[in-house]
Amino acid sequence: MNAVAKKASWDEAYNFAYLDEQTKRMIRRALLKAVAIPGYQVPFGGREMPLAYGWGTGGMQVTASVIGPSDTLKVIDQGADDTTNAVSIRRFFKRVAGVATTEATEEASVIQTRHRIPEKPLKEGQVLVYQVPQPEPLRKLEPRETETRKMHGYAEYGLMHVRLYEDISRFGHIATTYSYPVMVNGRYVMSPSPIPKFDNPKMENNKAIQLFGAGREKRIYAIPPYTRVKSLDFDDHPFEVQRWPQACALCGARNSYLDEVVLDDKGGRMFVCSDTHFCADRQEKGHRGPMAADPAARAFARSSETSEQKEDDGR
Amino acid sequence: MYVAVKGGERAILNSHKLIAETRRGDGQVPELSVRQIGEQLGLAVDRVMTEGSVYDRELAALAIKQAQGDLVEAIFLLRAYRTTLPRFAVSEPIDTATMLVQRRVSAAYKDIPGGQVLGPTYDYTHRLLDFALAAEEGVGLPEAPEAEAPLDEGMPHVADILDHEGLIEEERPDSEGAEVFDLTREPMSFPAGRDQRLQNLARGDEGFVLALGYSTQRGYGGNHPFAGEIRMGEVSVEIVPEELGFAIDIGDVVVSECQMINQFEGSKEKPPQFTRGYGLSFGHNERKVMAMALVDRALRAREMGETAMYPAQDEEFVLYHADNVEAAGFVSHLKLPHYVDFQAELNLIRKLRQEHQDRLEKEAAE
Amino acid sequence: MSDGNPMLTAPDMEGLKPGFSEPVFEAQVAFRTVLNAMSYAGRVHALETKLDPPAPLDPAMAALALTLFDFDTPVWLDAAAADGGTPDFLRFHCGAPLVAALGEARFAVVADPSKMPPFDRFAIGEDRYPDRSATLLIQVPSLTGGPAMAWRGPGIDGATTVAIAGLPADFWAQWADNHALYPLGVDVVFAAGRALVGLPRGIQVEG
Repeated sequence: MNAVAKKASWDEAYNFAYLDEQTKRMIRRALLKAVAIPGYQVPFGGREMPLAYGWGTGGMQVTASVIGPSDTLKVIDQGADDTTNAVSIRRFFKRVAGVATTEATEEASVIQTRHRIPEKPLKEGQVLVYQVPQPEPLRKLEPRETETRKMHGYAEYGLMHVRLYEDISRFGHIATTYSYPVMVNGRYVMSPSPIPKFDNPKMENNKAIQLFGAGREKRIYAIPPYTRVKSLDFDDHPFEVQRWPQACALCGARNSYLDEVVLDDKGGRMFVCSDTHFCADRQEKGHRGPMAADPAARAFARSSETSEQKEDDGR
Repeated sequence: MYVAVKGGERAILNSHKLIAETRRGDGQVPELSVRQIGEQLGLAVDRVMTEGSVYDRELAALAIKQAQGDLVEAIFLLRAYRTTLPRFAVSEPIDTATMLVQRRVSAAYKDIPGGQVLGPTYDYTHRLLDFALAAEEGVGLPEAPEAEAPLDEGMPHVADILDHEGLIEEERPDSEGAEVFDLTREPMSFPAGRDQRLQNLARGDEGFVLALGYSTQRGYGGNHPFAGEIRMGEVSVEIVPEELGFAIDIGDVVVSECQMINQFEGSKEKPPQFTRGYGLSFGHNERKVMAMALVDRALRAREMGETAMYPAQDEEFVLYHADNVEAAGFVSHLKLPHYVDFQAELNLIRKLRQEHQDRLEKEAAE
Repeated sequence: MSDGNPMLTAPDMEGLKPGFSEPVFEAQVAFRTVLNAMSYAGRVHALETKLDPPAPLDPAMAALALTLFDFDTPVWLDAAAADGGTPDFLRFHCGAPLVAALGEARFAVVADPSKMPPFDRFAIGEDRYPDRSATLLIQVPSLTGGPAMAWRGPGIDGATTVAIAGLPADFWAQWADNHALYPLGVDVVFAAGRALVGLPRGIQVEG
């Protein structure tokens, strides 16, 4: 890989990757500290981006500080490459950084995500950038930053355990299904961002570098590869992930996170992989789900297959 | 069939075309020019410049046109543009005592050195719709009569008059060379200094700051304020280029400024005296600067040794929620697909309901 | 930065070595390398650079400096780095303030580790802000030719053997004290020639 030799081509009305170099340096320094203190939220001088706060500005700033001309970028939202915001962010980086893009998880060197971790295990050297709306896992328990910072500083996490235990006494189990808090490297309680708890186990000992950017709240945090990441639980109520009685209607997968797709207003529905690339890849390899031949289901599948082509039309 | 938010590139591009068409409106009606907005919607421009943190009437007017008059959207456009600008220098503090005053009033004294200058204000207009403005032929070129005598050159601040008697807290400038907190480059930090608070309030949403200021008057705050002085006019901006070593004038800006005077009971160390709240905005925006001055004073509770009991005194609450670019972004992000998390919640609700049902059946069987 | 700092002489422009020829892209490559080095602690990461820095800086060390330093980062130089063209090089290309007080430095450039000051004289961060700690960039003769040590911690799958050369005798005893401060403590990047090894504070090192 020689990024300098490969000539970058982008919309030169803007700096490469939009941010000026001073801002990139500031973010890069924050990223290095974040990696050195896994799970700790590093404050950073977040900038206004040409995308609304809450729509991925933190992830975009991290991606912009990391990415180079030789990178290949994948952007997903809800696990899908073709959701509008994923398309919009991918277009942004095509324009301001001229990077190659892909939908294939294994081909991407940088993956920006909102709400999911790809099903396919990541490799060493890949960077997974999470968009984070609320980086503070304790915020719902304590609205004040001055207080939550103290709680992290002294590792006072009793309140969080009490909250989870209240669920157990009320419902018989912990009623948190996404943004399920994790303990990183035995020290910091961290928000995994609003991924479903189904994805939590993938964070532990991942081979890739996991970076988290919260633009509005101006925080960056990280999980280096091969790091302990435990979902909070109790001995008598161990952490569990979601399971579905159904297999994916299109590719038949039984081990992926499924979205419920409403097919009509008479209760018709199907369950399909939220990770669109994972699902398409399986179908290409000949895997078939129970509704793979159904016209309505096939219409649904097509909308994701053609997204790359549509994007090229728009350039 | 219904396919959620899978639309992709073409839908986005078509949406952009549709918004361009809607923005233009009826083609029979002449298109609005950016100059017209700058000249005839000047107060909107002033607000967008203030909260957008860029003093440029033309860019602000362009943002208003592009945003179809949605000022919060226009502020966002200007802020995003601002991010891409290099920083050449930090200006010297502006001196509002040397302002070329267009308007200046004090509610604390009947008359003041330099006089009360009513200037352009809607205050005493009767709020009756003026149908003359709706006439096809327009209003022509209205002219105000020129004053018989020019205004005094020096217009001391009203607060300085109290200062001579020691009746009001001293206003101490920061020590020479002390760096001013810059919210556009550093994350919020607490406890916040007054520089950080004032910068936040100046950029803060006018409606939010207004409501908070109002709340301090209604009882969610203990101070009785007097509008010591409100002034609006031109001040010059100076920078000291590294290679010259002395200040040079780089242009003029119009600003509005408000000094609120508030009572203070005094403490063990300090005798009773008046205290200050301060507000400043680009352009002409008295509503904003007055509200800002009220909230500034409320936020000084800690340094005054007052108990912070009300929303306007709670600096984390005020500072974290004042920015409408942040607020609008986060509220609007709920429009993004959340179906993965919603699916997780669906699963949970179904499971909880099943468990509930099982329990009832079991109880009934017993 | 105080007046009268002997480091604050006007740059001698004649002898000034050039910085990055393509700052945007070379800085990006160097950053990715150091990000990888800090993430996959203990591994040797090659850093592609054509830099020809002033003595005693190796190309990897100089690339780190040009990538991470600017006017927001006070930098401390050890005696070996402060001698020669390095101070002017860093001032001119990075605009970084050079400081004499170790505790004020965000970064330290150590060109002669045998004489390096103890870790605890650098900023170790605060309970609520452990990120406010120094990063020590330590140039060593070799990243593979020293005594073999076992490294464990975040970024390492189990344990790995690392053999940094040229460190003072008490270095690893000091590191154990630094690691015990976790989540406080300094972070280290070792540089030699055109390669880097990261040693973040969370890594435990045993002989």
